[in-house]
Amino acid sequence: MSVKYIAKSSAIASRLLGGEMMVMSSADSTFFTLNPVATVVWQAADGVTPLSDIVADHVCAEFEVDAETAHRDVERFVEELSQHGILLVSETPIAGSATSPTEAA
Amino acid sequence: MNPSYQITVEIGGMPILLHTQDDSFRQLLARRYAGFVDSAAPPRFEFDIELTTPSRKAPDEEVRVEIRQGTWWLRRGDFRAQWNPYARRGRIRQSANPYSIDSVLRIVHTLILAQEGGFLLHSAGAIRNGRAFLFSGVSGAGKTTISRLAPPDVILLTDEVSYIRRVDAGYRACGTPFAGELARVGENCSAPIGSLFFLAQGPENKIEPMANAEAVRRLMRNILFFTEDVALVDNVFQSACEFVERVPVQRLTFAPDSRVWQMIG
Repeated sequence: MSVKYIAKSSAIASRLLGGEMMVMSSADSTFFTLNPVATVVWQAADGVTPLSDIVADHVCAEFEVDAETAHRDVERFVEELSQHGILLVSETPIAGSATSPTEAA
Repeated sequence: MNPSYQITVEIGGMPILLHTQDDSFRQLLARRYAGFVDSAAPPRFEFDIELTTPSRKAPDEEVRVEIRQGTWWLRRGDFRAQWNPYARRGRIRQSANPYSIDSVLRIVHTLILAQEGGFLLHSAGAIRNGRAFLFSGVSGAGKTTISRLAPPDVILLTDEVSYIRRVDAGYRACGTPFAGELARVGENCSAPIGSLFFLAQGPENKIEPMANAEAVRRLMRNILFFTEDVALVDNVFQSACEFVERVPVQRLTFAPDSRVWQMIG
């Protein structure tokens, strides 16, 4: 299985509000509300941490879910957001990605 | 040298000085913006208006708003405009009609407000007991109806577009001359916002809470915005989230009859 890296697109706006992560595409105003697992993956999407490490270190560590189920669910979520251009997916590290201050708050 | 006439239109406490070489057009603007003209207010921005012959292009052609090297370029079938916020000056080319300048002013105000944490919202607005209440929703949801049903003690700010400014830790709603079906210009005054209601019509009057995500989603759908500029879209999105954090956003279902106002204010 190849290594995957994920990063947030620069053409999005996002904010953690009342414990929910809201993400909007600047291009077409598509709007997503992320569940707690997806929020953890989103926050860890720094472009340099392999997706498998994000699942192991954040999803499996913070939620009561087995590794196989977590990988399957995260892959599905990553594919959906990447189709909307909100997440970037690459087999090599993605330079220049960063977490916005409003997400970190 | 051609004579120059000017008029200051102040909406949301934001005076904009308009220069024209046509006195009849100045008079048209004075009538259009009656109640929002303040010749004493020092202008924040100035625009030179160059009048042209009417365009054959349809005014409902999609509006384009882009920033290039610090200057905003606004374009639609019936107008061309450019505005440099740092120089505080701009230029508008249009024919002598009130609709084009109205659209330019709306766009310019959305751009100003986006930098200041505010926005224009597709909603009716009214003041009661010192607080402003906003009524938003899709066309047909009841903005005009609820405005018509308002009792005499209610001050109507607008039945179409609310001007929302961030002030300290809260928000104020200001009246606008941007009228909807009532064709009635709002009062030029403001008040702190007590609540934003998203309207629905139903068999009985009721107010229900709305989840944050739904509130932001519906708010973004009703904020007037004309550019895909990433930084500005992000500003507006953050403003919508902060608004939802600070102002009660609820769902208001109404019959519709005037008893709905017993629940407001």
